[in-house]
Amino acid sequence: MADEQTPQPPAPAAPGAPTPAPKAAAPGAAKPEAKAPPAPPGPPDQAPPAGVPAPAFVTALQAGLPGAVEQVSFWVGDWTVIVPGARLLEVSGFLRDTPGCLFTYLSDLTAVDWLARETKRFDIVLCLYSIPLRQRVRVKVRVAEGEAVPSVTGVWPAANWLEREVFDMFGIRFTGHPDLRRILMPDDWQGHPQRKDYPLEGPGELLMESPQDWLKARQAAVDADVK
Amino acid sequence: MQTDAPRPMFDTDELVINMGPQHPSTHGVLRLILRLDGERVVSCDPVIGYLHRGVEKLSENRDYTQIVLLTDRMDYVAAATNNLGYVETVEKLYGLEVPRRARYIRTILSELQRVASHLLWLGTHAADLGALTVLLFGLRERELVLDLFEEYCGARLTYNAMRIGGQPVDVPVGWDKKVLAFCDVQEQKLPEYEQLLTGNRIFMERTKAVGVISAADAVAVGLCGPPLRASGVYRDVRKDEPYAAYEEMEFDVPLGVAGDTYDRYLVRLEEFRQSLRIIRQAVQGLPEGPIMGKVPRLIKPPAGETYHAIEAPKGELGYFIASDGKSASPYRFRVRPPSFCNLQALPQLVKGHLVADVVALIGTIDIVLGEVDR
Amino acid sequence: MVEALILPLVKIVIVLVAVLVTVMYIVLLERKVQAWVQVRLGPMRVGPHGILQPLADVLKLFVKEDITPARADKWVFTAAPIIVLVPALIAFAVIPFAGDLTLFGLTIPGRIADVNVGLLYVISVAGIGIYGIILGGWSSNSKWALLGSLRSSAQLISYEIAVTMTLVTVIMLAGTLSMVGIVQAQLAKGWWFGFMQPVAFFIYFVGALAETNRAPFDLPEAEQELVAGFHTEYSGMRFAFYFLAEYANMIVVSTVATTLFLGGWLAPFPNVSWLSFLGLVPGWAWFMLKTFGFLYAFLWVRATFPRYRYDQLMRLGWKWLIPLAILNVVVTGLLKVLV
Repeated sequence: MADEQTPQPPAPAAPGAPTPAPKAAAPGAAKPEAKAPPAPPGPPDQAPPAGVPAPAFVTALQAGLPGAVEQVSFWVGDWTVIVPGARLLEVSGFLRDTPGCLFTYLSDLTAVDWLARETKRFDIVLCLYSIPLRQRVRVKVRVAEGEAVPSVTGVWPAANWLEREVFDMFGIRFTGHPDLRRILMPDDWQGHPQRKDYPLEGPGELLMESPQDWLKARQAAVDADVK
Repeated sequence: MQTDAPRPMFDTDELVINMGPQHPSTHGVLRLILRLDGERVVSCDPVIGYLHRGVEKLSENRDYTQIVLLTDRMDYVAAATNNLGYVETVEKLYGLEVPRRARYIRTILSELQRVASHLLWLGTHAADLGALTVLLFGLRERELVLDLFEEYCGARLTYNAMRIGGQPVDVPVGWDKKVLAFCDVQEQKLPEYEQLLTGNRIFMERTKAVGVISAADAVAVGLCGPPLRASGVYRDVRKDEPYAAYEEMEFDVPLGVAGDTYDRYLVRLEEFRQSLRIIRQAVQGLPEGPIMGKVPRLIKPPAGETYHAIEAPKGELGYFIASDGKSASPYRFRVRPPSFCNLQALPQLVKGHLVADVVALIGTIDIVLGEVDR
Repeated sequence: MVEALILPLVKIVIVLVAVLVTVMYIVLLERKVQAWVQVRLGPMRVGPHGILQPLADVLKLFVKEDITPARADKWVFTAAPIIVLVPALIAFAVIPFAGDLTLFGLTIPGRIADVNVGLLYVISVAGIGIYGIILGGWSSNSKWALLGSLRSSAQLISYEIAVTMTLVTVIMLAGTLSMVGIVQAQLAKGWWFGFMQPVAFFIYFVGALAETNRAPFDLPEAEQELVAGFHTEYSGMRFAFYFLAEYANMIVVSTVATTLFLGGWLAPFPNVSWLSFLGLVPGWAWFMLKTFGFLYAFLWVRATFPRYRYDQLMRLGWKWLIPLAILNVVVTGLLKVLV
């Protein structure tokens, strides 16, 4: 299970570039998102308005680990801190153990694929909750294609399956994960379905009905591409 | 398992059995690879994904309004709470105000749903332990709940019962009386289940000290809902981060002590009573007013992202939605499924127990594979 | 000639047919009783109130494909269900269903044979059935079946000890191993042994549940855990044999219980004058009534209790029932000497 960049086997000579445009209309050729509007470069990550003071855990984090917080954002009542991937473990440990933070509970760990963003394509989002202090914070790490993120399974064992799912769905690797393999998709699946450049249509019914015809059609498409 | 790290050869005296995906008590299509030493479980590796339908990916290509009925199909025995979590997340992201009456109706529906879901849990859990009668008793009362849902929204399983910004329909005439009557019936029937299970020596032997998990471990491994509370952790989204009309409701959060299967049973049984208490308050205090807030025809939240969680019958059900501000469908739609996170604790729970306990423990964490696999 | 050959043959046929029909209808009764307990209706489609359901079931089992798994040990796989079924049926040979009947001037004993070691015969024949279960589970070449048969061999062997111990107390009271002799001893003493030996009766009942793999001791075939236990791989007729054997065994233990503890074919309260009309009911009817009462208890327990776990079952058998049964033997012996 290499870090697949090709979306699907039927897609002929899938380009690694994020904007594939296979013009061939062969049954095997998968269409990219046709109607979707051009993807935005990323979430705005709005800065907190002037009147809203940062909560104690954000200021504690900024003071405790200087330079770890790249940006603080606030939107519809949720606080988000954006940290560099290299310091994620440090920040996680700090947020879990420091009195005043105590984010002992990892609610969710997921990723977002901002395909059109130039620098770093993925956001890893950790939704943390503090059971004793009843507060939430999101930690966000920006990751480039092919870049690995330190696994937080050592800090929150709950991250185990969640990181597997992110690996399965986005192809983001987690270094130090005890058991990084696919979880929802079959083990021999190619591609990572939640990426925005993953084709929305499969090979269609022809593959099921007569694989021979499907192979011929695919070959024709490849030939046409070569010419 | 091509990606497995090289494993040592199987010992000759360990038996590897494959439980599921077609097995009577895996509650769907869960597959467990069990390594047994005699009947004792040495290790357990859950294999999931057999029911993966790509709900998240699908939702990223649907309108905000269309997604409501996709959420029905995740935890299909608790569709109303799935709806609730989703519509509230969008309302939070969009800054929509929901009328008070609609919030009350939502509360009633989600507590009725909790009762229905727990009834199904009780029945299947008991049936896994061999007490088939409880299953039938549970289903008998669940029918009553489904009848109430049918009268409210026309469906018995996948309700599609909520809209972004409010409720699609007002409560039917006389429905509130039927709900109160159901509460009375349910309250009378609870001792029947207890008579069959709570004091039953065999049931106690099968569940006490089985699958014990400490409070610290439960938090670390991400357990949520009744299993977390059974370990003595005070965590209920309804209390901690009130949503719908829970702020105005009076109820208690039952907590367990031992963190074993028996405590998880007791916690859920007490939740029945608390749910009925909430339903009664909400029905009796149902305010007058509109049921639908001011919602634009095309729902297109401004760019931004948010996470919002509710207390589903199975635990913390969270939705993470990122909007790009341009399209009428979410840019990223993520569900934090309680069953998925609870199932993650299963290998830890079953280690060292017998095959028969595996069945009891699958039952006690109350999973629905539709939600685990999405 | 008539008494030596034809009469026993006729009786064998009657008993065999009666047992098989009873098995069929016990299944129906079980489904009905369970349904009533669980606020359901049970089978209602075939015949009025589902009365013909057993016929449909039998027909279905007969015409179903009989699959032998590819990697099974074919001979053992075929033989195993027969090894289970035959002992269950031949155990009926010594059960006294009724007292002596007089028909056309001929005195017909209400049993197939009166062996002077009848009880010993029942115990030993019943012991053979375990082999069929072990062999069936082993020869299926399936892990679930193997687990099931391992469970059941351990379970049957441990509970046989407790059950046999309770029989010892009955033998001590009756002074005979003959089944007929035991009934007559109860008549002579004026007390059924179930009342003289309540502890033994209780242990026998629990042991009987375990011996016949019935709830709450139905671990060998716990469908929620082991799919179907030792008969996971069986289908069609051979599955039907296991099925028949299980219910035939239930009837065997019920008839033995009736004979040993409930006075066999005897009418209750022969000494109460105003109840003397009970004596008008023929002996075989009393026998059937008691047997069905016992069988009903089986069904009732099944609908009420959850299932034991394997280790708990073993603990119950070895730490409670067997010591209790041995103690009961000792106490009975002491009382017999002292009183």
